[in-house]
Formats: sequence, C-alpha cells, structure tokens
Amino acid sequence: MSIFEYNGSALVAMVGKNCFAIASDRRLGVQLQTVATDFQRIFKIHGKLFIGLSGLASDAQTLYQRLVFRHKLYELREERDMKPETFASLVSAILYEKRFGPYFIQPVIAGLGDEDKPFICTMDSIGAKELAKDFVVAGTASESLYGACESMFKPDMEAEELFETISQALLSSVDRDCLSGWGGHVYLVTPTEVTERILKGRMD
Amino acid sequence: MESVFGLVGKDFAIVVADSSAVHSILVHKTNEDKIMVLDSHKLMGASGETGDRAQFTEYIQKNVALYQFRNGIPLTTSATANFTRGELATALRKNPYMVNIILAGYDKETGPSLYYIDYIASLHKLDKAAFGYGSYFALSMMDRHYRKDMTVEEAIELVDKCIVEIRSRLVVAPPNFVIKIVDKDGAREYAWRQSIKDGEVLAA
Repeated sequence: MSIFEYNGSALVAMVGKNCFAIASDRRLGVQLQTVATDFQRIFKIHGKLFIGLSGLASDAQTLYQRLVFRHKLYELREERDMKPETFASLVSAILYEKRFGPYFIQPVIAGLGDEDKPFICTMDSIGAKELAKDFVVAGTASESLYGACESMFKPDMEAEELFETISQALLSSVDRDCLSGWGGHVYLVTPTEVTERILKGRMD
Repeated sequence: MESVFGLVGKDFAIVVADSSAVHSILVHKTNEDKIMVLDSHKLMGASGETGDRAQFTEYIQKNVALYQFRNGIPLTTSATANFTRGELATALRKNPYMVNIILAGYDKETGPSLYYIDYIASLHKLDKAAFGYGSYFALSMMDRHYRKDMTVEEAIELVDKCIVEIRSRLVVAPPNFVIKIVDKDGAREYAWRQSIKDGEVLAA
C-alpha cells in the first residue's frame, strides 16, 4: 500500500458564483482499521482562505502548523491577509523545499481573492500547482471524485445549489472508496459569510 | 505484539496495557509496566520497540517535569500531547521512534481527555483508542459497549470484557495486564489482571 493511502482521505473544492465550497471526508484510518470518524482535514488560514490537506495525517498536521506560522508572520509584517494566489505559491515553495524527501500530502487550496473572485487550486506532493476554473479533487477517492464532479458541475451556481452539488459529489465518491468516508465536512464561503456543515452519509 | 488501549469516563480516563516483555519466541518477563506516570495527572501508555518505548516515555516525562520547574505550573494534557507529537515528528525523518502512545490526563478546567499518537506522529483526541493486535478486539468491544460518562465500575467492566476477548481470541495473547486510572485525585495504578504470576515455580 502506498504511503499516500495509509490514512485515507477525500477532498474536493468547487467554484460557484462569487463563492466557493470545499469539502472533505471525516475518516482517519490506519490502513484497514478506522481510528476516528471526526478527523479534521480542512483548515482555515483566514476568513476567506481555506486549505485542505489529504494524504498522510502526520504530515498534514506538520504542514498545517508550518503554514499557520508563515501566515501569522506575513500578517504581522504586511498588516493584511495573504491573497489565495500568494498562499498557493507559498505552499508550493514549502513543498518543493522537500523535493528529495517530500511531505506525503496533496493540498487543495480555496479562497476569495481580489474583488472576492473565487480561486481554487491543487498541487502534487512536490508543489506542482494545478489551477482550475471549476473544481479540484485530491485523496484516495480522487478518481471517483473526478467523475462525479465532471458530471454534476455547472458553472456559476449559487451558494445553496453549490452546496448540494459538492455534497452529492463527495458522498457518492467516498461510497466507492473503502479508505474514505464516515460522513462529510463542507465549508461554503461567500464574501459575507462562512457556513460549516457536517454531512451524514454511509457510516462505513 | 503489544496491546495498549484506553477510554474516557465521567471524570476520569483509564489506560490499560499488557505487561509481557517479549523477544522473538522468548518471554523475558510478564510484569513489565508500560504505562508511564508523566506527572500527578497524566498517564502515557506506550507500545512498540522496547528500547524506544522506555527511552521515549522517560524523555517525555522529564521534559514535562522540566516545564513545571521552569514555569511553576504543569502542562495541560493537550499541550503534552502536542509536544509529544512534535518530538515524534521531528525524529520521524531522521531516527524514528517506533512507539505508539495513548496519553490520558485530567485537567481541572477541561476534565479528562485521551490522545491517540501514532508512531508516525498522527495525533487525534478520542474517547476510546487502542493499539496492537489486541486493538481489533478492544475497539470492537468498546464500539459495542462504550457510552459517554460511564462510572469507574462500568468502565472497568468494559475493560475486563476487552481483556477477556484479547485473552481468548488472540493466538499469542499476553497473559497479564495493568490498569491505570487518572482523575481529579491524580494518576495511579488501579489494578493488575494476572493469569500468570512471575516467579511462580511449578511443582514437579
């Protein structure tokens, strides 16, 4: 089994009309054994920027701590929040620093940039950025997620419709993957508010 | 293979570990204490490589004491768990400690808590956790019988159920277990469950 599949994970981010949604599963496993069903994979960097970290849980925790550290320093020096594009470049640089001994994670970054324009991107474990206009996926269920998102996605969805779409895409994909699931965690972000919802899916 | 498990009750947390010290096919001793008392209100049950276990838990114990000497107040359980994870994560890519840890503690403000820390430094706060081959039986028994806010008697009944399962269903089942408890009155040994006493001389 690959080290990326040790803990199991599923992440997806989608762009809507002046909003974005980022969703993850909630399982923490050790290969075939499930250890926890309330594991947090998506973290807030600031009010309009979220990062999801799929792959090895230990490296996700280490990397999250490093990123929060870097962002807090940036905030102190610049007296403003980081733009999502800048943050994505920061994550990419941090990952490439470990080119020959990488962190075993695949991040999904989602944020509202200048004029609240939604921004999403993903990258591989050594920081190769992949920008997208519609959706990005990561984790052990990524292949199912690509299929589900491609068929369910429409451009310029409003917040509530976007929430429904991303939830259905996530739940149907993790149901086909034994290493991810046990519910879902969805963050819906508009220029004025952030809504966090927990999904109940097949608990297996 | 060593079994360690733990659970959180109403105002206490319990950690249970087997007490056999094994090298290949030889059982060195059957009354090895694998649950380190870190300070007045913390327990660290550890399983894994014998030398790493003894050295690493002692290292954490001494650092917890050092913090108290320097700062005049004890570390919280959460802080101890994060410190332990940090040490494991730093060593992971140099000279990894092959130790799995169940950390239980009681804090005046937040009550009892239990942390699961993998040997690859994945940290998660849980109500019930287990490591080793015994975890397959202990987790299943706890999934079935565990409720929030159990009394000490109910929790010990559940612990005994888990021990019975491990003894009867695991082919190389450890014969003896030690149970330690931590509550507002402190961390202490609660009981041993012995089916083989060390030093017993069988009659010819």
